[in-house]
Amino acid sequence: MYEHDVIVVGAGGAGLRAAIAAHEEGADVAIVSKLHPVRSHTGAAEGGINAALREGDSWEDHAYDTMKGSDYLADAPAAETLCKDSPKETIKLEHWGMAFSRDDDGRVSQRPFGGLSFPRTTYAGAETGHQLLHTMYEQLVKRGIKVYDEWHVTRLAVSDEEKPEDRNCHGIVAYDVQTGQVEGFRARNGVILATGGLGQVYDHTTNAVANTGDGVAMAYRAGAPMEDMEFIQFHPTTLPSTGVLITEGVRGEGGILYNEDGERFMFEYGYANNLGELASRDVVSRAELTEVNEGRGIEDEYVHLDMRHLGEERIIDRLENIVHLSEDFEGVNPLEAPMPVKPGQHYAMGGIETDENGETCISGLYAAGECACASVHGGNRLGGNALPELIVFGKRAGHHAAGKDMEEAEITTGKVGDYELGEVDSPVELGEAGIGEDAVADGGTAADAGASASGADLVQRAVEDERETIDTLLEREDGIQQAEIRERVQKSMTRNVNVFREESALKDALRDIREARELYQDVFVGDKSRTFNTDLLQTLETRNILDIAEAITLGALARNEFRGAHWRKEYQERRDEEWLKHTMLSWNDGRPELWYKPVILEGENKTYEPKIRSY
Amino acid sequence: MSTQVPESVEEESTTETASAGKQKRDAKKRERAERVQEQREAEAAEKARSADDTFHLKVFRYDPEVPEKQEPRFDDFHVPYKQGMTVLDALMWARDHYDSSLTFRHSCRQAICGSDALFVNGSQRLGCKTQLSDLSEPIRVEPLPHADVVKDLVVDMEHFYDQMESVEPYFQTNSLPDGELDEQRQTRENREKVKMSTRCIWCSACMSSCNIAAGDNEYLGPAAINKAYRFAMDEREGEDMKQRRLEILEQEHGVWRCQTQFSCTEVCPKDIPLTEHIQELKREAIKNNLKFW
Repeated sequence: MYEHDVIVVGAGGAGLRAAIAAHEEGADVAIVSKLHPVRSHTGAAEGGINAALREGDSWEDHAYDTMKGSDYLADAPAAETLCKDSPKETIKLEHWGMAFSRDDDGRVSQRPFGGLSFPRTTYAGAETGHQLLHTMYEQLVKRGIKVYDEWHVTRLAVSDEEKPEDRNCHGIVAYDVQTGQVEGFRARNGVILATGGLGQVYDHTTNAVANTGDGVAMAYRAGAPMEDMEFIQFHPTTLPSTGVLITEGVRGEGGILYNEDGERFMFEYGYANNLGELASRDVVSRAELTEVNEGRGIEDEYVHLDMRHLGEERIIDRLENIVHLSEDFEGVNPLEAPMPVKPGQHYAMGGIETDENGETCISGLYAAGECACASVHGGNRLGGNALPELIVFGKRAGHHAAGKDMEEAEITTGKVGDYELGEVDSPVELGEAGIGEDAVADGGTAADAGASASGADLVQRAVEDERETIDTLLEREDGIQQAEIRERVQKSMTRNVNVFREESALKDALRDIREARELYQDVFVGDKSRTFNTDLLQTLETRNILDIAEAITLGALARNEFRGAHWRKEYQERRDEEWLKHTMLSWNDGRPELWYKPVILEGENKTYEPKIRSY
Repeated sequence: MSTQVPESVEEESTTETASAGKQKRDAKKRERAERVQEQREAEAAEKARSADDTFHLKVFRYDPEVPEKQEPRFDDFHVPYKQGMTVLDALMWARDHYDSSLTFRHSCRQAICGSDALFVNGSQRLGCKTQLSDLSEPIRVEPLPHADVVKDLVVDMEHFYDQMESVEPYFQTNSLPDGELDEQRQTRENREKVKMSTRCIWCSACMSSCNIAAGDNEYLGPAAINKAYRFAMDEREGEDMKQRRLEILEQEHGVWRCQTQFSCTEVCPKDIPLTEHIQELKREAIKNNLKFW
């Protein structure tokens, strides 16, 4: 068994920042990640980092924009923390040598972005995430922080008190991809989950293949609630064959969207008469899909994004990367032809419930970055607000886990105070298929270790459970393989829980997920080797995809309103009197339990009164 | 189709305590799962047969643990083609429909994570960035040369990482501004100068293509030298630090080993002018009057 003070799971922006912060506080910290750090998907972020750095801007304005953009579902203490901390964290990256784009006076460049009242998106070309990730990894190397790379974390070692709020996290169990060994990692102080996105729940996503929501699902099964999972951002311009992202910058520079008949539909069909192509991401995504659904799509699938009129010189100067992406991943030269684009899953606003220090309701368990929900983004994330979230909350979680004295959080976690239970009308049974009959790939609490069990005992017990699970998966000689199960869920989610959501389709998705859960009980791994067994790895990930798909769909079915990225056919308005609350989902004896907690709109100096979200 | 480890189907023994009802349910479920799996395989085969266009891949296979794969071999996969399909797409299709043990690293699918550098038709390329339609068939897909193969297309990256980390690959300066909100200034020209060098994604295609690195295990290699270039040329680090970086670079296995063959530059998927960077460092070293080997 390995042992460290603080264990960070995941090595993208949030994980690296958390590890550096814990190290700053003198903790013995290690990172466990299924990818080598520089492979993390933070590297794919293009846009930039919102930070109020300049005269005329203020953290208060940034917070106002963020609350408004969230459609009043972000918690003000979290949003304000983000905006207050972002400037010094951004400059910290500059001090670490990050290659930001520069103004004539030598200061870091900032540019305008959707939904911002000031051009505060600090950037490094159209590759800000890549520069951020590598800069932070350099700092990790400098400090000699230990990384267990290509170790896939499969479960948390959490004590088994009845209420999650009474539980403690003592460590993790991880699978060494290179050798097939399953080992325990005891965390003396805390475990920080920084596992990133969950886009692989959908079959068309800008997310990496590794983004299977592992941390969210693991924490959920250990008792930490998932929050606001129905809020998924769909980006309007992704390449149809791969989901590769074409930055908003193309439209920002003047790119135009056309349907099959060559009509500029954003205006001609009145989707956004003022802003046209520059309307917010959810509006443009819905417009594109409406065109396709009404028979004006190209090959019944996509629309065209044309930037040829901008001229080669301007394109190469500002959007060079886009020319490469379109050529390499779609085989289309955008200097000569319009690019095919369609909406794709891009970002999960929801995640593991945390407070503004990154702590969950389970003692010693933290989360930061996309896998966490503080909540900063509420119903809709503004472009440029994901990267500051990584560095601000990664750092706070790292400090807190290392034992630094911090101000007490204003956001509560777990079922305390003012919460209410919810109900949802599901056509099928929910949760684990056939509880107790089959322990395969179950995760979470290490039960039965006894009340007096020490942290190390709990970790050991969890290791043994995991070894058994993996042995079972490898010993089975037939059944069904994960690729089929995963594909079914991904297709159903894209068909039924996409940009447009209606009751009957959401119920269809729940049926499909149920069927997939039942099939999963007979999953087997074709590859019997212990060496670099990606078949096994994917089979374990698919379990996480099942739990997360169900949570997204349940939340979407329960929320009878249209807020932010969540559009419901039957309910075309935001309903503040009923829905200024977070959707919470707890894993309760193998079944999801729905409950709600109120959103916090009271900030430090002001209350963010809900207004109509128009730009 | 792939020739895989022969399947040995055995009856599962059921525990004595399991009730007859449960056994029956389990058997039914198992049957359904198998039916779904068989259907999938049949559909995949049908798709490959009926596709207007398929691509023929010959893929390197090796697994030290599996008797049938201990002796390296090539497997043939015929993958139905769709417009825009890349080598990585084809490998994923083959894995998901023919042989789940086909193993390769990949993650972002968009040439930024650097996981899937492969040896495709005799040159180092990123699988995700290589269109099938640009290649002649059969397409040979092999692991990167000059690295130990772990399994199938996966190579051991440790040596590459060691070299990258040996050049003090982190920003160092003695002249940080005092305020935590004060930036260091950098001219646009200087940022432009280091820009290409910062685009490295650590895929190791360059290292694999380099004859010198193949013969000298201690040679820093193009990627690590480029990493050092990124800092040596950054005006924010200052002259003293530059001196120190040049000393690291002109050690015995540093820049002077490069014989300017340009193979690294040719294969770099991010178009970094690696050879030029190495040459420039050689010139800097001479200018600084340092002794060299």
